[in-house]
Amino acid sequence: MDINPILLLAAVMVASTPVLLAAIGELVVERSGVLNLGVEGMMITGAVFGYIIGHGSGSAIGGFAAAALAGACLSLIFGFLTQFLLTNQTATGLGLTLFGLGLSSLVGQGATATYPVTVPRLPIPLLSDIPSLGPILFNHDAVVYLSILLIVLVWFIMFRTRAGLILRATGENHDAAHALGYPVRLVRMLAIFFGGGCAGLAGAYISLVRVPQWTDGITAGAGWIALAIVVFASWKPFRLLIGAYLFGGVTVLQLNLQADGTLALLDIAIGLLAVAAAVVWLTRSITKKAAAPMDNLLSVIILVLSVVYGLLRLAGMQTIPIEYLSMLPYLATIAVLVGLRASNAPASLGKTFHAST
Amino acid sequence: MLRLEKRPQPSTFWTYAAPLVAVVVTILLGMALFASLGKDPVGAIRAIFYEPLFGEFSFYYRPEVIKKAAPLILIATGLAFGFRAGVWNIGAEGQYIMGAICGAGVALAFYPSESRWLVFPLAIIAGTIGGAVWGLIPALLKVKFKTNEILVSLMLVYVAQVLITAFSSGLMRNPDGHGFPGSRNLSQYPAAANSELFAGTGIHWGVIAALIAVAVAYVILTRHQFGFDVRLAGQSPKAASFSGVNPNKLVILSLLLSGGLAGLAGVFEVTGPAGQILGSFPKFYGFTAIIVAYLGRLHPVGILMAGALMALTYIGGEVAQDRQQLPAAAIMVFQGMLLFSILGVDVLTNYRLRFGKNEVR
Amino acid sequence: MTLLDLRGLTKAYPGVVANSDVSFSIGEGEIHALLGENGAGKSTLVKTIYGLVRPDAGDMTLAGQPFSPSDPRAARGSGIAMVFQHFSLFDALTVAENIALGMDNPPPRKQIAGRIREVSEKYGLPLDPDMIVGDLSAGERQRVEIIRCLLQSPRLLIMDEPTSVLTPQEVNILFETLRLLSEQGTSILYISHKLDEIRALCHRATILRLGKVVGECDPRATTSREMAEMMVGTVLQAPQRDYAEAGAEILCLKNLSAPAPHQFGTALKNIELTVRAGEVVGIGGVAGNGQDELVAALSGEMRTGEGMVVVDGASIGGLTPNARRKIGVCAAPEERNGHAAAPDMTLTENALLTGNTRMVLSKNGMLDWAKARDFADSIINAFDVRTPGTETTARALSGGNLQKFVIGREILQKPKVLVVNQPTWGVDAAAAASIRQALLDLAAGGSAVVVISQDLDEILEIADRFAALNEGRLSKPVSTKGLSIEEIGLMLGGAHDMEAAHAQA
Repeated sequence: MDINPILLLAAVMVASTPVLLAAIGELVVERSGVLNLGVEGMMITGAVFGYIIGHGSGSAIGGFAAAALAGACLSLIFGFLTQFLLTNQTATGLGLTLFGLGLSSLVGQGATATYPVTVPRLPIPLLSDIPSLGPILFNHDAVVYLSILLIVLVWFIMFRTRAGLILRATGENHDAAHALGYPVRLVRMLAIFFGGGCAGLAGAYISLVRVPQWTDGITAGAGWIALAIVVFASWKPFRLLIGAYLFGGVTVLQLNLQADGTLALLDIAIGLLAVAAAVVWLTRSITKKAAAPMDNLLSVIILVLSVVYGLLRLAGMQTIPIEYLSMLPYLATIAVLVGLRASNAPASLGKTFHAST
Repeated sequence: MLRLEKRPQPSTFWTYAAPLVAVVVTILLGMALFASLGKDPVGAIRAIFYEPLFGEFSFYYRPEVIKKAAPLILIATGLAFGFRAGVWNIGAEGQYIMGAICGAGVALAFYPSESRWLVFPLAIIAGTIGGAVWGLIPALLKVKFKTNEILVSLMLVYVAQVLITAFSSGLMRNPDGHGFPGSRNLSQYPAAANSELFAGTGIHWGVIAALIAVAVAYVILTRHQFGFDVRLAGQSPKAASFSGVNPNKLVILSLLLSGGLAGLAGVFEVTGPAGQILGSFPKFYGFTAIIVAYLGRLHPVGILMAGALMALTYIGGEVAQDRQQLPAAAIMVFQGMLLFSILGVDVLTNYRLRFGKNEVR
Repeated sequence: MTLLDLRGLTKAYPGVVANSDVSFSIGEGEIHALLGENGAGKSTLVKTIYGLVRPDAGDMTLAGQPFSPSDPRAARGSGIAMVFQHFSLFDALTVAENIALGMDNPPPRKQIAGRIREVSEKYGLPLDPDMIVGDLSAGERQRVEIIRCLLQSPRLLIMDEPTSVLTPQEVNILFETLRLLSEQGTSILYISHKLDEIRALCHRATILRLGKVVGECDPRATTSREMAEMMVGTVLQAPQRDYAEAGAEILCLKNLSAPAPHQFGTALKNIELTVRAGEVVGIGGVAGNGQDELVAALSGEMRTGEGMVVVDGASIGGLTPNARRKIGVCAAPEERNGHAAAPDMTLTENALLTGNTRMVLSKNGMLDWAKARDFADSIINAFDVRTPGTETTARALSGGNLQKFVIGREILQKPKVLVVNQPTWGVDAAAAASIRQALLDLAAGGSAVVVISQDLDEILEIADRFAALNEGRLSKPVSTKGLSIEEIGLMLGGAHDMEAAHAQA
């Protein structure tokens, strides 16, 4: 076995970037009180437009810009329907996903890579000079940093500026925001537009960097996972990072396991996860935040699964069937959703706003 | 400026007119789409809506429409209960696949049995249970841990897809299949085959089941306490809890019901039109059924008509693909437009359009 | 010196004229009362001044300048501030954030807390800027609104029914603040239907009825009766009642405790109460002190521990709402649209909503719509519900009519125990009187009735005994005979008392 943990970490950062980008956009949308389930559709539309324009022009920036625009434009359909024609947000969002899957497949027919596209690496001065760690952790492409920068930016705007306060107020109580004279629909349309742009970027990152190619259904549920991560993060920007990197970790783990064939890597990962779960639980009980097993459900789930896995290993399990490993990210998402019960959801989330009601 | 004013009562006229207007709007939008793809818009619409029913080869297409409509109607009928109750089962696709896997699994376990009266009913029961159990997972998680059922049911779709691909080349692979992926062909296994009941009509057991489901759903929704509770919980959750509706019970029942019906659709598909467990098992019924449910305004009779219409766009799409070289994906876009139109036009049922100053009362 | 002058304001909505040729003026530093029943057009008029509604005809001048605000922002820019009846607050945000949201030019984020403390000390309205608003009491929530308005140094402060959520002691603090403001030259438009308050506070009163100005007076020199007659138009009959001998104990709450059902709810703490047959017990208290939770614990929406809720000697704490209806426990929660009734459902369906068990409207789960329609019809007839028919949706009914339907639905089921919360809230005086009479009649027939209300006059009118809810605790019930508003105020106050004392100190 030859696995470099730092290399692995770098791979996790790349694998996490698309969900992170899509999730930060959706977080802003949901904070404004709108539930857009069309992330997957906007993402895949961004993926196809990013791929075509990027490879058509040979410019990575052009590709990403086109993708963001495509995602944002698609989101306007959702915005128009839900905000002006007052349609049900759940159904409309689903419709957007179905529509986006069809549209991307239609647009992507015969899409070919005319010009090669390379996304420039952006070594961070000084940090990238750190021996062995630096070149790998601080020598990513610009989009990886952009995604992290966006988190900081969204946090700052949301909690340190008036615009952000209005956004949160709209999501908490749209009637009150309206009564105070804030343009609820405009705020929400802008948030939806931003969310669409972020989803588009996320899609382009998949088709231009991560995979990089175009096939139908290339996003493979990443948009839905982004939605799950927003819930996981309790609508807090920095917690998105944890969620996205956790998901990226599972994805990378699964890919490596498939390539590697032995369970050594899984042993390490599960071991680390179990230790982390135990530490979190312990700190929470010591600081008296929550000690009961039901309040630390995620830790409990992880510990139980780790013990089961350990027993299986001791009993002599040597491999696990590769074809089932692709389930891991989805199962992990469910586990995370179960373990961390949603709290602090914006109070107006998903509710239709009509000025006279 | 245009503005919307809430009607005191939903408009009866628009309740019935809205779906029709939506179809017309979609046809217009679709024609624009097809024209922009460089296809003859009128020809394409004709190929989609006219040819399969009344064209030269309608004797071939009509049964196909029926076969396609049956699973859509079955799944959508189940979904309608959940959607009305505000329980968002988006994972019908996964429940449908699990129904197919379980049904096929039981049928194959008896291979090569000849007792049709044992194998076929058992397969149907197994498929229904398989779908229902797959639906029960998000239900229990929601009830126990308040987990979002939309996301869980969706994640389970991906899991089901992984499973069916894995099974088709592993557990359930045809031992006589020279190593190619895919199970034995069930439609050629008389004890389990869901073949046409009347030759050349396309009517198989799944079609009968869909019609029964629509009739039963209609009675439940309009005349039974459960239907009343479902509607009440969806429209006004607090009033439902005051009335004595147990929301947890409703979540479990509606997911069991929609999962079971989706599973049922899966068995009929795998033992009939599709024939085998394969990675390329006809997919997307579970998602298209969401459009069908909404197009039918979550009403069983509406769903019956919407399912037929949606099946028509599928088969018509294939005709248009043959004749006009219209890409298959264009039909998906067209279906998406249909859902947007029905949702958008529906606003007229509950709101009145007013011209004048945009003002708040 | 006139500050705001209204001339001939008219505003019509489809089917209803909300304001018709309304004219009056408010002087500088004047506390001006706008008096009228629900539906008299007070809200529309106020929204016109605040820029939320544009009049069809008529005009306004503010300090001699033409004044026609296009939106609330413009109104605030001209020095108009408004404290809403239903506070436009954001539960999950802090006091400071809420206040910043309500201001057009808020001080920088880091200074706002200091400004809030400054104003709250100056006007005797204690408030912590860093508190989450959802955790505040109703009185404190109102303070947030008032301080928000005061931070903008308004020329005219509009207050829409400000005392409906306050204890009498809190009302006194508020009045002190308002008088202080008036002395400093701020005009106040004070909207209310409570005559005693207006007489105690206001310099002038304009009375509205059915959208028209029907009179103007100096409330300090006019009797309550005169004003009431102007407001209502007719002389009203108080419900008749005889204090009957109370019968056997029916409902018994023993050490009833329950955790708060949601984040901003109230926990019930050790509630003790016994209600006898033929008795009406009134429960007063400021909104948000456990009223909803108490109704839920009795109706079955919220289950409670063994033996905490006892009817006829049997514990019913674990029973479902329908099981309780079966033994005769019926309830009507406060919120008509969306809780007691489903707004988008027809009256027939709403009759079925609670009537199924006792009126036997179904058989083996199959609903008997004809029977349900008859039941709805009988409610409509017995309680004079104004509606085109049983197939009208609940949301199409006016508040008062729907309230009559909801209360009627429970009373016609002849319950052994009836619990109602705010039975006449927002209902016009005539309908309110008939609802109260129906409750008294039910009790006279041998039922145990619990009326939860914030309207103390209502409780004194119909209840035999009174108890106060405060932060989820219930005071010891006392007989209403000879009970004064002051005594009630002390009972309601509870912990609020100390706060009031603190404020005055």
